[in-house]
Amino acid sequence: MNELQATGGDVLGIGGETDQYLTFMLADEEYGVDILRVQEIRGWTRATPIPNAPSYLKGVINLRGAIVPIIDLRERFGLPPLEYGPTTVVVVLKVLGASGSRTMGLVVDAVSDVYSFGPDARQSPPELGAVVDARFLQGLATVGDKMVILLDVDRLLNTGALAVAGLE
Amino acid sequence: MAIDVGQFINTFLEESFEGLELIESQLLDLRDDDAEAVNAIFRAAHSIKGGAGTFGFQAVGDFTHGVETLLDQVRTGVRPVTDELKALLLEAGDCIRDMLVAARDGAQTDAARIARVQERIDASLRAPGKRPIPFPPSEGARELEADRRSLEEGASNVQSGSDEGVVADTTDPGLGLRGPGWRIRFVPDPDVMRTGNDPLRLFAVLADFGDLQVRCELEGLPPLAELDPEECRMSWLLTLVSDVNKTDVEEVFEWVLDECTLEVEALDTAQVGDIDPVANDEITPPSLPVGPASMASDHEAVASERARSVGGTACLETVPDAAEGTSLEARGVGGVAVAGRSTPLPERRSTDTGSIRVGIDKIDGLINLVGELVITQSMLGQIGDEMVSGEQACLERLLEGLAQLERNTRELQESVMNIRMLPISFVFNRFPRLVHDLSARLGKRIELRLSGEQTELDKTVMEKIGDPLVHLVRNAIDHGIELPQKRIAAGKPESGQLHLHAYHKGGNIVIEIRDDGAGLDPRRLIAKAVERGIVAPGQELTDEQAHELIFAAGFSTAEQVSDVSGRGVGMDVVRKNIKALGGSVEVRSRPGRGCTFVIRLPLTLAIMDGQLVRVGGEIYIVPLVSIVESLQVRPEAVHSLAERQLVYRLRDEYIPIVFLVELLADGRPPGSLASALLVVVEADGQKLALVVEDLLGQQQVVIKALETNFRRIEGLSGATILGDGTVALILDVSGLIGLCGGRREAAGEVAAGVDAA
Repeated sequence: MNELQATGGDVLGIGGETDQYLTFMLADEEYGVDILRVQEIRGWTRATPIPNAPSYLKGVINLRGAIVPIIDLRERFGLPPLEYGPTTVVVVLKVLGASGSRTMGLVVDAVSDVYSFGPDARQSPPELGAVVDARFLQGLATVGDKMVILLDVDRLLNTGALAVAGLE
Repeated sequence: MAIDVGQFINTFLEESFEGLELIESQLLDLRDDDAEAVNAIFRAAHSIKGGAGTFGFQAVGDFTHGVETLLDQVRTGVRPVTDELKALLLEAGDCIRDMLVAARDGAQTDAARIARVQERIDASLRAPGKRPIPFPPSEGARELEADRRSLEEGASNVQSGSDEGVVADTTDPGLGLRGPGWRIRFVPDPDVMRTGNDPLRLFAVLADFGDLQVRCELEGLPPLAELDPEECRMSWLLTLVSDVNKTDVEEVFEWVLDECTLEVEALDTAQVGDIDPVANDEITPPSLPVGPASMASDHEAVASERARSVGGTACLETVPDAAEGTSLEARGVGGVAVAGRSTPLPERRSTDTGSIRVGIDKIDGLINLVGELVITQSMLGQIGDEMVSGEQACLERLLEGLAQLERNTRELQESVMNIRMLPISFVFNRFPRLVHDLSARLGKRIELRLSGEQTELDKTVMEKIGDPLVHLVRNAIDHGIELPQKRIAAGKPESGQLHLHAYHKGGNIVIEIRDDGAGLDPRRLIAKAVERGIVAPGQELTDEQAHELIFAAGFSTAEQVSDVSGRGVGMDVVRKNIKALGGSVEVRSRPGRGCTFVIRLPLTLAIMDGQLVRVGGEIYIVPLVSIVESLQVRPEAVHSLAERQLVYRLRDEYIPIVFLVELLADGRPPGSLASALLVVVEADGQKLALVVEDLLGQQQVVIKALETNFRRIEGLSGATILGDGTVALILDVSGLIGLCGGRREAAGEVAAGVDAA
């Protein structure tokens, strides 16, 4: 199995406002999600398609007995889809919403790194100019001369066809 | 010893609700001479009172105290059982339930109602019973009381022969062994603290009984240099002014009895001269609940409190009546001469026999695990089948092992599923009260018969079937069974029969609600349906079709809308709810002879028999219950309807054909009909012929909700995991019918298909 368990919360034991983010690549851009939300990272396995679902919803998989929906982040952001290959990775996340916590998988190009960002390193996202809807962004952060786009997982995965009530 | 009582509160509440149910069911057919029933009711009320006191539900305790006093007067024969008393007690039970619910949810109680009922209880306590006989007329009650005591004596010699006064002493408090108080000399052994006993706590319990004066004697204290702080060298002289009896006092010291010298003497009245004489004046019946009830009950309350607080260290049996249920069982087990005399209490026994409380989440965890095991097993089975070409001997052993694993898994699964099963009596038990109240309100006479109460079904199903059943029973009472005069005029017995019957049939539970009332009148039903626009005027309907009309939305036959039933939201909702559980409801009726509703429900919602089908390259599961038949397409039986919809002629029926691939795999062209298979399914009285590419096996599937991590999808009832670990979606036939309806309206025409056929 090409899955590696994400490490738990207090890796560095750093207090205060510093948060750790797992970053991954998507069409040459680097995105980050709160590492405490990451349950595991696994390779792509075929999902059972859900009838009449939007194309970014790839279907559901069996994650040790739980039925977990898989979302293609490229298609969700309207980017051209990529052929799935051996390096295609699914990041399994815990999503909090109105009806409690749910588990969902995100298909990304590749996993990149883990960074810690203090509050100073983060800035609020610009209102314009991004492919991604600003609602789904938590902010932007800088590592060296790279920009990392921090995603708000709960907003992203509780909207549209993914919302609990299914309200568009 | 600090114990967090919070964790017991839920248990207390649950037990109390059970107790209230017992009170209710016993009250409804309570007769004067039924000592066993009266005692059962008394015990239940007493437990509630005791628990309420322990857990700080003061209002509940105080309220229940009055109820208990009334019950005790019944128990000792001072007060006859009248209908008014029953009604009062029933209402009091409701109040207690409200108060407990309010305490649990932090909600408001109906204070006015409680005050009203309290007022009535007080009034009847003030008014002496109509039959003021000091001694119980019923031998049974006394014998039982004696039994109880002999058991207590046997179990705990501390109490031996102490409270002879309990039965005899109801009117004159002076006759009992109860003095104005007790002088207690308590000389503990030096080691008493080492065993975890603290005199202070003992005194605190005594202080609860009444006015306590404590004098510590320090004569035994050694010089400071020799003093061992872990030894107790003090002794105490206590004066307790209280109306408790000696046993109560001694019981406080029960746990230190072996480690002390204890002397308990009655105080003379003279000795309490310095105590406020008003205390004595108050001990006059009936306004104050004194007498045996409060005496016995106080000591029991202490006992039960003690049983809780000592937790695991004490053996429950040594504390008489600590938990009422335990004592009941203990009596049976110990063989102490109760058997064979008293009226048996089947309901109580059934819930009492060796049950344990387990959180539903734990069970669900187990069920999930077993589900996984089933999947693993079928996965291994599949591998085994594929290995047929391998080494013969080894393979045979593997297959043997797999067969055994399969058998074990199935058995394990069945027993785990069984944990969730409860007898339907949990639902049925609420009906005696309902029928009693309703028939009284409507002036009807109704005999309720319950049978098959032990039939088991899944807890989840049980929770959801309650309301529909209540609705059907209300309907039967309100609309079905006629008023007594009408019944006599029709040559029927004055009281109507209402029979609830449950039994297993196949993988289903069947519940029948049968009344011998007027039955359904097809003509009136049709007239009503025409009036409501449900049926076109002049349309011919068979009687069965007419009966079905009651399930139509917005249909109510009540001539005037009553508050009992007949708001017109009834039967269609009943049917919908039952459908949602994967069940069905039918009605059979004969005019003038009554009517029967037959409800069929699956035993469980967690596992289902499914037919695996292939559609558009994916495997889907069709619930076996909704499949009528599966067949190969005969091209000549396919007809087109207005060139938009294909129908299949099956015997004398035309069934709409649905290309599943169109519905499920968006945008794919439907394949050719000629090579396809049809699965004819039925739901909501409508049939559909589903076009599938292939029929695969049938198997039991573990239903997993899509909502857990995603959301509900129209046309699907869930998902399951197949032997190879992949997910297969389970089709929801009634959802599909809705989906097709939507499609047909949206799309102007159904593509292809016609040519393909």
